[in-house]
Parts: sequence; C-alpha cells; structure tokens
Amino acid sequence: MQFCMLLNRVSGFFQRIKKPTTWSLALLFTLLSQQSFSVDVDRWQYNMTEGVTPVSRDVYGLHMDIFWWCVAIAVVVFGVMFYTMIVHRKANGAKASNFHESTLLEIIWTVVPFVILIIMAVPATKSLINIYDHKEGDMDILITGYQWKWKYDYIGSDVSYFSSLSTPQNQIRNMSTKGVNYLLEVDEPLVIPIKKKIRFLITANDVIHSWWVPDFAVKRDAIPGYINETWAFVDEPGTYRGQCAELCGKNHGFMPIVVEALPQAEYDTWLAAKQAETLKLQELTNQTFTFDELYTQGETVYNNVCAACHQVNGEGIPPMFPSIAGSKIATGAINGHLDIIVNGSKNNPAMRSFSGELSEVDIAAVITYQRNSWGNNMGDSVQPIDILRFKESGGE
Amino acid sequence: MSAHHGPAKGITRWLYTTNHKDIGTLYLWFSFAMFLLGGAFALVIRAELFEPGLQIIEPEFFNQMTTMHGLIMVFGAVMPAFVGLANWMIPLMIGAPDMALPRMNNWSFWILPFAFTMLTSTLFMDGGAPNFGWTFYAPLSTTYAPPSVTFFIFAVHIMGASSIMGSINIIATILNLRAPGMTLMKMPLFVWTWLITAYLLIAVMPVLAGVVTMMLMDIHFSTSFFDAAGGGDPVLFQHVFWFFGHPEVYIMILPAFGVISAIIPTFARKPLFGYASMVYATSSIAFLSFIVWAHHMFTVGMPVAGELFFMYATMLIAVPTGVKVFNWVTTMFRGSITFETPMLFSVAFVILFTIGGFSGLMLAIAPADFQYHDTYFVVAHFHYVLVPGAIFSIIAAVYYWLPKWCGNMYNETMGKAHFWTAFVGLNLTFFPMHFSGLAGMPRRIPDYNMMFADWNMLSSIGAFFFGASQLLFLFNVIATIRNGRKASDQVWENPEGLEWTLPSPAPYHTFTAPPKIG
Amino acid sequence: MSAEDTYYVPDQSKLPIFASIGLFLTVFGAANWLNGNDSGPTLLYCGGLLFAFVLWTWFATVIKENNAGMNNAQLKRSYVWAMGWFIFSEFMFFAAFFGALFYIRNFAMPWLSGTGDRAIETGTILWPGFENVWPVMTTPDMAANGASATTTGPDLNMSFAEAESIWNWLPFWNTAVLLTSSITVHFAHTAIKNNQRKPFNIWLGITVALGFIFLVLQVEEYIEAYQHMGLTLESGIYGSTFFMLTGFHGAHVTLGTLMLLVMWLRSILKGHFKPDDQFGFEAASWYWHFVDVVWLGLFIFVYILG
Ligand code: HEA
Ligand code: HEA
Ligand code: HEC
Ligand code: CUA
Ligand SMILES: [Cu+2]
Repeated sequence: MQFCMLLNRVSGFFQRIKKPTTWSLALLFTLLSQQSFSVDVDRWQYNMTEGVTPVSRDVYGLHMDIFWWCVAIAVVVFGVMFYTMIVHRKANGAKASNFHESTLLEIIWTVVPFVILIIMAVPATKSLINIYDHKEGDMDILITGYQWKWKYDYIGSDVSYFSSLSTPQNQIRNMSTKGVNYLLEVDEPLVIPIKKKIRFLITANDVIHSWWVPDFAVKRDAIPGYINETWAFVDEPGTYRGQCAELCGKNHGFMPIVVEALPQAEYDTWLAAKQAETLKLQELTNQTFTFDELYTQGETVYNNVCAACHQVNGEGIPPMFPSIAGSKIATGAINGHLDIIVNGSKNNPAMRSFSGELSEVDIAAVITYQRNSWGNNMGDSVQPIDILRFKESGGE
Repeated sequence: MSAHHGPAKGITRWLYTTNHKDIGTLYLWFSFAMFLLGGAFALVIRAELFEPGLQIIEPEFFNQMTTMHGLIMVFGAVMPAFVGLANWMIPLMIGAPDMALPRMNNWSFWILPFAFTMLTSTLFMDGGAPNFGWTFYAPLSTTYAPPSVTFFIFAVHIMGASSIMGSINIIATILNLRAPGMTLMKMPLFVWTWLITAYLLIAVMPVLAGVVTMMLMDIHFSTSFFDAAGGGDPVLFQHVFWFFGHPEVYIMILPAFGVISAIIPTFARKPLFGYASMVYATSSIAFLSFIVWAHHMFTVGMPVAGELFFMYATMLIAVPTGVKVFNWVTTMFRGSITFETPMLFSVAFVILFTIGGFSGLMLAIAPADFQYHDTYFVVAHFHYVLVPGAIFSIIAAVYYWLPKWCGNMYNETMGKAHFWTAFVGLNLTFFPMHFSGLAGMPRRIPDYNMMFADWNMLSSIGAFFFGASQLLFLFNVIATIRNGRKASDQVWENPEGLEWTLPSPAPYHTFTAPPKIG
Repeated sequence: MSAEDTYYVPDQSKLPIFASIGLFLTVFGAANWLNGNDSGPTLLYCGGLLFAFVLWTWFATVIKENNAGMNNAQLKRSYVWAMGWFIFSEFMFFAAFFGALFYIRNFAMPWLSGTGDRAIETGTILWPGFENVWPVMTTPDMAANGASATTTGPDLNMSFAEAESIWNWLPFWNTAVLLTSSITVHFAHTAIKNNQRKPFNIWLGITVALGFIFLVLQVEEYIEAYQHMGLTLESGIYGSTFFMLTGFHGAHVTLGTLMLLVMWLRSILKGHFKPDDQFGFEAASWYWHFVDVVWLGLFIFVYILG
C-alpha cells in the first residue's frame, strides 16, 4: 500500500540524513558552491523572464510596474508602522492619545489606492486586448494534451507527432548525474518559424493540461472537448522550454514543452524532412520485421510511453495500473492484446486508445515486447501489417 | 434546572455537552490536531522537494499529499479554529448566556471528527487518497479519479452540513441574543466579522455541496456535466467550485481581521481607529468576494469581456482591505505600545498579510497572471495570507484569550520564542517561493530542474524549522493550562470588551442574566 | 429575573453525538455501496434508521420542552432565524444547479457548436455537425462520431413542443397541483391563527394530499421518461440537468410533504399548535412555499424554455 511504502521511504530518508557529514556537505555544496550542479544551470534566478515575444516583454513590463507600485505602497505603510512601533512604545514613555475617527483620512485612503488601481488597470487592459487578438495568423498548430505528453498537428501540412519527456529514469531516480535540461527536455520539440504570428489551438484528450512557455508569456489551459486559442510572435531563434501547468495526474511534473524557433528557411527544410518521414513510416508499415527488431524497438516504446503507468519492471501500480507481467491479456489471445492497445480499455479511460498516438510499427513492437518480457514468454510476435488489418477490419 | 451547575465529569462532558465554552474548546483542540496532521503532510511535500530527483515518495503519493494537505488545512485546521473562537467569544462578547441553539452546536462539532476520519482513511484505501488537488478539477476528479473519491465527496457533504449549522447558530446568536443596549454598531469587530463570515458560509457551502453532487453523478450515474461529449463542460466545474472557493478564502480571513481588531487596540492602549469604516470595509469585501471568482481561471480561455470584468472586480478588493490595514496602523499611531506575544503576532499579521495581499493584487492583473498562474508564486501568495494571516491570527487569539479561558497566564518568554522562531521559519519557507515561482516552477510537481533547487532547499529547511516552532506553542499552552501562574480578571491593561468583566477563568455559565450595556 | 426571561440552555444531551454517528454511517454506507462494497447497504440502512430515530427523539424533546413552557419568546425567535437561514442555504443549493443550467445553455452550447464569440474551432475541429438546439437530442459525441458514439441523447424530451396539448402535458398538472397546495397551506395557516382547529386540519390534510399527488405524478413522469422516451440520466447534458433539477426538487417535496404530514398528525392526534404558538407548523409551511418557488423556476427554465 502507498502509505506503508511511504513509511519505508521516510525511514530510509532519515537513515540517509542521519549521517551528519552527508547532510551538512549536501547543504554546504548546494548553498555555497556553484559547482554541485552542472555549470550551465541558471541558479538563484528570482524574476520573471522577459521572454522573446512582444507580448512577453509587455507582460514583463506590466509585472515590474505593479511590483514597484506595491513596493512604494509598502514603503509608506510599513514606514509609518515601524516609526510608530519605535517611537510610540510604552517603554519609551509614550502616552496614548485617544483619537479614533477621521472621515477625511478614510476618504483619502479610499481614493488614493483607487487611483493607483486605475493607473495599473489601463496598461493591463491594453495588454489583455492585444493578447486576445488571435483571429488571424500566419499558421495554425493544434496542440493536444495527453496524459502525459503533447501532440502537435501542423494544420494543413500533414505533419503530426507526439512530444514527450526524454530525461532518462535513472536521472530521475538519482542513479546518474542530471543534465542541464533535466525534466525540461523532450524527444521531439515543437518547431516553429520566427517572425510569424503562430496561432496555437489548444485542447486535450483526457484531463485538463495547460500549455505554458514562459518565454512567450503563453499559458493556456488545454480542456478536453474544447479548443482554446492563443498566439505567439517569436523574434529570436532559439530553444524555449516550458512545462505543463495544470495538475493532470501522476506525471504532471513530467510533461515538459520544448519549442525550437528557427529562421524561415531552416524551418522549411525541417518541415520537408518531417513530411518525408511521414511517408517513410507508411512504407515501413508494409515491411516485415524480425523478432529482435521488434523487441528492441518495443522496449524503447514501452519505456517511453507505457512505463509511465505500467512501470519499467512491468509490474504496474495495482490497483490503479495493472501489472503486465503475468497479465491475462498480455499472455492471452493476441487479438485481446491488440484490442486494448488499439481501442483502449472499456472499463478504465486511463488505458486509452493508442492507435492515434503510436504508429503501426510501434504498436506491433510494443506488443511483441510485452508478450516476451518479465517472465511473459509467449514467444510470438506481431507485424505492423497485422495492426493495420486489425484496424481496417473495424477492430474486431 | 440546568443553567447553574458546573461541567459533568468524565468523557461524557465532551460528548454530550451543550456548553459553548466546552464546544469552543473541542473545536480548538480538533483544529490543532488537524493543523499537525496537515503540517505533517506539508513536511512530506517539503522533504520530497528538498532536492531535485525523486527521493522518498512516488509522484502518485505526492499528489495525494498535496491534496490532503490543502483540504485538511483549509477545512480541518483554519475553519474549525475560527468556529471554536466564535463559540468561546461571541456569547462572552455580546453578553449572551450561550449560543442560540446549544444542542445543534454540539452536533456541528461532532460531525467533524467523523468527516475527517473518513477523509483521512482514504489514504489507506486501494488506489490511494484523492490525488487531484484541493481544487479537485474535473475530469481528473471524476472520470480519472481513484475510487476513494466517493468517500471524499461524502466527507465534503457532511462537513458542509456542519459548517452551515454552525453558521446558522452564530447568526441566530448574534442577531437574537445580544444583551439589551448592545446595538449592532456597538458590537466588537470580531462579532461583526463573524456575522458576515457566517453569512458567506451559508451562501457558499451549499454551492460546494452542489458541485460535489454533480461530480458524484458524473462518476456513478453517467451524467455528462463535465464531459463535452455529452454537451457538458469541464470548465463548468471550475465556475461552480470557485463561486464557492473565492468566498471561502475570505471566510478564512475575515474572522482574523476581527481578532486583530481586538488585539491591536489593547496593546496600543488606544481605541480602534475607524470602527464604522471597518464594518463597511468588511461588508464590501464580502460583497465583492461573490463577483471575483473567475480570477482563478484567467487561463481557461474566458471571453475577453469576462476576463476584464473579473480583473477589475478583483483589483477593487484592494481598496476595502487597504482601509483595514490603514486603520490598524493608525490605531497604533501615537498609542502607548507594548509587545506581548499576542501583539507580536498581530503586528506580524499586518505586515505579512499585506505582503500576501500585494502578491494577490499582482495575480489579479490578468495578463501578468498568465505567467504567475499555477506556479509557486501563487503558492507563496496564499501561504502569506493563510499562514501569517489566518494561522497567526488564531495563535494571537489563543495567547490573548487563553488566560480568560483557563485562568492561567502563559509563559511570556516562551511565547516570544515561539513568535520569533515562527516568524523566521515562515519567511524562510514561503518567501523563496516567490522567486522559484517567478523563475518558472509550476506548483504540484514532485520534482524539478536544478535551477529551482536552491530556493526549494531553503523552503524545506524553513518548513521544518517552522513546524518545530509549533511544538513550542503546544507545549506552552499545555503548561499554561496545567500549572500556569494565576491570571488577573482583567488580564491585560484596560482591555475593552465584556469578556474582561468576567472572572478568570470565565465561569462555566456566564451572563445567564444579560448585563447592562451603557 | 423570572424563569420567563431566562434563555433556556438545555442540559447535556446525547442527541447530537448519536445524530453524528447516524449521519456518518449513512454517508459511509452510501459511499461503500456506490463503490460496490457488500457492507454498503447494511451500513446505510442502519445509519439511516439511527439517524431517523435520533431526529424523531430530538423533535419530540423540543416539543415537550415547549409544552412545558421552557422556551421563552427569545428562544422562539432563534428558531425563526434558524429556519429562515436554513431555507436560504437550500436556496443557494438550487442556485448552483440553476447556474449550471444557465452556463450550459448560454456558454457551453454555443461554444461546442462553434457559434459563440469564442472557440469557433471547437465546433469545426472537434464536434463537426453539432448544432446548438435545446433540448440536446443529438449530443456532440453523436454529431461527430455517428454510430460509434457512447454518449447518446434521448429519443424524446419533456418540452411542451413534444406534448399533444397542454392537457396532456404533465408539468402543467404538476404546476397546478403544487400552486394550489401553496394556497391551501396558507389557508391552514390563517385557520390556526384564528383558532379554528377543524378548518386547519382539513386544509392541511388537503395540502399533504396534494403534495402526495405531485409526487405520484412526478414518479409517473420519470417512468415515462425511462421507459418510453429514452430519457435517462445518461442521455447527455439534457438528461443530466433535467434529472438533477427535478430530482432534487422532488426530494425536497418529499421532505416537505413528510414535514407537513407530521404536523397534521400532531394536530389531529395530539391537538398541538395554538393561535399564538405554532412555529413547528409555520416552519414546515415556509419550507413548502420555498419548494413551490423552486418549482416555478423549474417550470420556467426546465420545461417551458426547455
Ligand atoms: C485568506 C486567504 C486569501 C486572501 C485574503 C486572499 C486575498 C487576495 N487574493 Fe488570493 N488566493 C488564496 C487565498 C487568499 N487570497 C488562495 C488559497 C489561492 C489559491 C487557490 C488555489 O489555486 O489553490 C489564491 C489565489 C489567488 C488568485 C489566483 C491566482 C492563480 O491561480 O493564478 C488571485 C488572482 O487574482 C488572487 C487574488 C487575491 C487578491 C486580489 C486578494 C486581496 O484580497 C488582497 C487585498 C490586500 C491588499 C492589496 C493589501 C493591503 C492593501 C493596501 C495596503 C492598500 C493599498 C494597496 C494597493 C492599491 C495595491 N488570489
Ligand atoms: C490554511 C491553510 C494552509 C496552511 C496553514 C499551510 C501550511 C503549510 N504549507 Fe500549504 N497549502 C495550502 C494551505 C495551507 N498550507 C493549500 C490550500 C495548498 C494547495 C494545495 C493544492 O495544490 O491542492 C497548499 C500547498 C502547499 C504546497 C505546494 C504543494 C504543491 O504544489 O505540490 C507546499 C509546498 O511547500 C506547502 C507547504 C506548507 C508548509 C511548509 C506549511 C507549514 O506552515 C506547516 C507547518 C506545520 C507543521 C509543520 C506541523 C507542526 C509540527 C509537527 C507535525 C511536528 C513534527 C515536526 C517537526 C519536528 C519539524 N503547502
Ligand atoms: C495513463 C496510464 C496508462 C498508460 C500510459 C498505459 N496504460 Fe495500459 N493500462 C492502464 C490501465 C488503467 C489499465 C487497466 C484497464 C482496465 O482495467 O480495463 C491498463 C491495462 C493494460 C493492459 C491489460 C492488462 C490486464 O491484463 O488487465 C495492457 C496489455 C496494457 N495496458 C498495455 C499498455 C501498453 C502497451 C501501453 C503503452 C503503449 C500502455 N498500456 C500504456 C493504464 C495505462
Ligand atoms: Cu499535463 Cu499537467
Ligand atoms: Cu480568489
């Protein structure tokens, strides 16, 4: 049970910190030295990024304006407070006066803050109206949130792919050194051209997610069944990183966003290559693979996609996520196995349909892998073409 | 008949009591227990976030901790503590013999231990405890929820019933049981703030009940309220939830305003400045709290007109709240101030709550909120208004009235030590969260990139420090009750209010005949 | 001070703690039942019985105390305030549901069909073919996925347009019955204030009967919906809102009828209530008027505009 696991972990934790040397060294290192993490990490960062779009700079300016207003008010209010706390203390012989009303004062401190608020509201309104101007754009990208990855559809250009966390498990489990972009790296970034007004159409497939790239000042919730629109106009080429910003389940902390902004020419090259890849994939589907090819590919797919729930060791987290090792379905008739992956589970929406998400090759590979790992040894395998036939037969 | 003998002996005193003081005590101890439990969950969170990487718990369990921490602190620690204070103090402050409906009063309390036992027991159920945040957004909390969500829903139902009954009782007491001559505009501010809070509670707890009921139906009866395929909308959940949720946060702060308005005049030795404007400001805050809910939803993609409306309305709240802050400061001005423990906590309240208010104002600016939303900046905001806000005011109230309750004076040195450790610990915990939030750290994540590591380590150290400091509080209170120095009837120098005309400790039954008010 | 003037603070009481246990067992049982645990129903029934028994005893105690002259005028005012605010809380409970209906019809529907000022794309990309007509007979799922849709709308709905004539339209009769009952309960009230026991009993009896008739009609409507109209809780958002609003209203009518029935029996069997002391009845009648007002809301927003 989760709770007992926690107790174990907690005692493990205290055992680790019982060694005072480890404890204080860790502290010292992290607090004082700039070396304990990779040199490139931007540490002690304390403010919002200015970002790389006109909107993000605008928002940053707004943020700093209201911040300084607050500081100014704080200086006045706390100034008076500290003055009175020092001067008017009984210990200093202060005698209490008895005034307790002043309509004039009340009016002043109602009106002045009100005026300040108006001063803040004017630029805020302008920015907001500008941000909401998303009717026309140079290009549309449909972004769909999944538990726990993003899908990008380039509307009108036949390119569509998933983008998920690429940080290896052993970094997360503290078994190897963490890279600079720990948890902020993906297998395939979103690629966009610079100096174009890109419209993002944002939605989700299961629960609510939120697509957030701080450098664009774009954060918009991805709501299943509805599409939200927003846009960005990126000035500078570069790689921009963000994260999902709405609690979306277990791996909410592990669904980063990476956007690569390229000059138009490079973007065009990328797009052409991507389109060719799509064609290639279609060809692959008709090819026959060896068991080993399937198995190796299946392992990769499994660890990237399925292990989020069923775990790398295939044991899942019962009862939420069933074990694949020894599972009735993974050791039963092949059609049942195909069915749950192509169509998803009828009982539990968490086990969704993967037919849109994975290519036929990937599905064939992962099935082969599941049927022959962790003590499952069915010895059989499926070919991509079988998946295609299964789908075309209406999933029977 | 009943009215004149002392408490019964043994456990039945507490189980069967109809006495407002007993019930107040029960509420306060219950709340403290919940504070420790919710705090322990917070420490699990902070321990996991001490450094990057997953070290002690799984992400799934982390989410359960976040959810349970938020729920227990809000519904189990802060709200019952204020109801406890209301029970103890309102009859004493308005010269009433007890609460208006004493048996229902006891019922309101005893629902809570059952509700929270049921809620906490979900930790041991198959599939684990609720893991969808204290805001439980659908469909994560419906279609994708663990089975224990059903127990969560019913726990919310019955604690809602408890709150509604408690509030009805408080309103009836205040409107009906004031001593002759105690006009509305002569009531202490604590009574005023509670009157308004009780009204808020009765208005919004049923809405919370409504939204969990819709969840229940989506989960078990296949309705489509929050499912677009059938014509529903997940965002509908958020609107209904926040229609409850935003007034809820003022429910957690208005009684605090009342407490502070009682304590500052006592230790400044000067009457509260601007009594009438305090009453109007409180009412305005309550009114505004009903029309700002969607500031929690700036990123869900509302039409721009809605976005603007909710932005303006939210910003407006700064005005009446400012009036309160200015009145407190002016109350202190040219007083003759001393800094006993309750005053220390109150002064810290004014300063730190204002800081929390400023970050609230920043969040209210919709375009900027696109960057702040669901980051640690928000976490910093609400802990600044809740911990040095609600929690500090409760602690201040306990130090302030404890001598009246139990007849003994607490240990001042230990009280001051508690204050300073809490003050330092809290700022160490929550101030860095502003920075990690602005730097881009989302909330509700068990692991993060190294660029947030330093701030998080500071926060975690602060949290354990702050937690340890509360043990001092517990110790001080118990020591005071068991063998503190005897307190005088007035306790403080010339404090205002009917409660100070009573002996210390206040007799089991007070004001059985109403006092005369000048 | 004479006993008349002191506020009655009851002695220790076992009622609240047992009420809490009863309430807890009830919801705990319900939750277990819904989650498919075998112990659920038993727990629910035991809890419900205990709870009902405690409430019964509780009210009996209060009545006894009142008859013994322990309640002064001030305490009676407390009851008045309490009932008033309780009804307000019920009002807010329904307000949440009406608010949900309002939101669905004015925001969600246009957006899903791509006709609102926002999210044109929602309609064209996600739910092509979905149209904003209320009642929703074709769900977005059906519009976009045709035969493979899992969330399907009803075959028929409750709107007036589907009925042959107003005389055949059940909601009309329901409204007539409930409105009449609000008037009869008022007559009963006037009667007791004028110390006319017999008219009181008769008018109150009629009110209870009307409440009962309303419930029978309502059950009839549900049977009709489930068996002949394909209108169930599962029929998309129309079924959801329809059953939620009418269902909770029905539950409140049941409670109100029960309250009035108890008042009637108290009057008939025990001769309770005096011209100047009948708050028990009065509270029940307020509740009844409240339930009536909610029905008017339902009639307009769910049936006429539905
Ligand atoms: C006690 C609880 C409490 C209180 C009192 C407040 C007070 C305020 N809150 Fe806060 N808030 C929460 C608890 C509270 N909040 C919680 C729990 C959440 C998160 C919920 C969740 O998502 O889990 C939240 C989230 C939250 C958000 C959503 C952020 C997001 O998720 O993106 C916003 C946005 O507008 C906001 C705004 C405000 C404002 C404007 C106030 C104002 O009332 C503050 C007013 C006070 C001042 C401004 C200071 C004093 C005034 C002066 C000195 C006068 C002069 C000042 C000026 C003119 C600026 N709050
Ligand atoms: C009144 C409400 C309240 C209070 C008092 C607190 C108190 C604290 N909160 Fe609170 N918190 C919330 C309300 C509150 N919180 C809410 C509503 C959320 C949002 C939840 C959500 O996202 O859904 C939240 C979320 C939240 C998060 C973000 C979690 C996330 O996003 O994943 C964090 C992280 O640090 C945190 C930390 C703390 C800490 C360290 C305290 C400390 O002040 C606690 C101090 C108390 C103790 C530590 C207990 C006392 C001592 C003991 C038990 C003895 C043992 C201890 C020692 C020996 C050291 N809280
Ligand atoms: C979001 C979580 C999640 C992901 C990701 C996921 N699954 Fe599942 N899986 C589940 C759940 C939940 C069930 C149980 C379904 C049920 O009860 O009907 C399940 C069941 C299964 C089963 C049947 C096990 C049994 O015997 O009951 C198989 C096989 C399976 N999944 C394969 C996969 C494959 C292959 C992938 C990756 C391509 C994958 N799953 C990804 C959640 C997930
Ligand atoms: Cu996706 Cu959080
Ligand atoms: Cu709010």
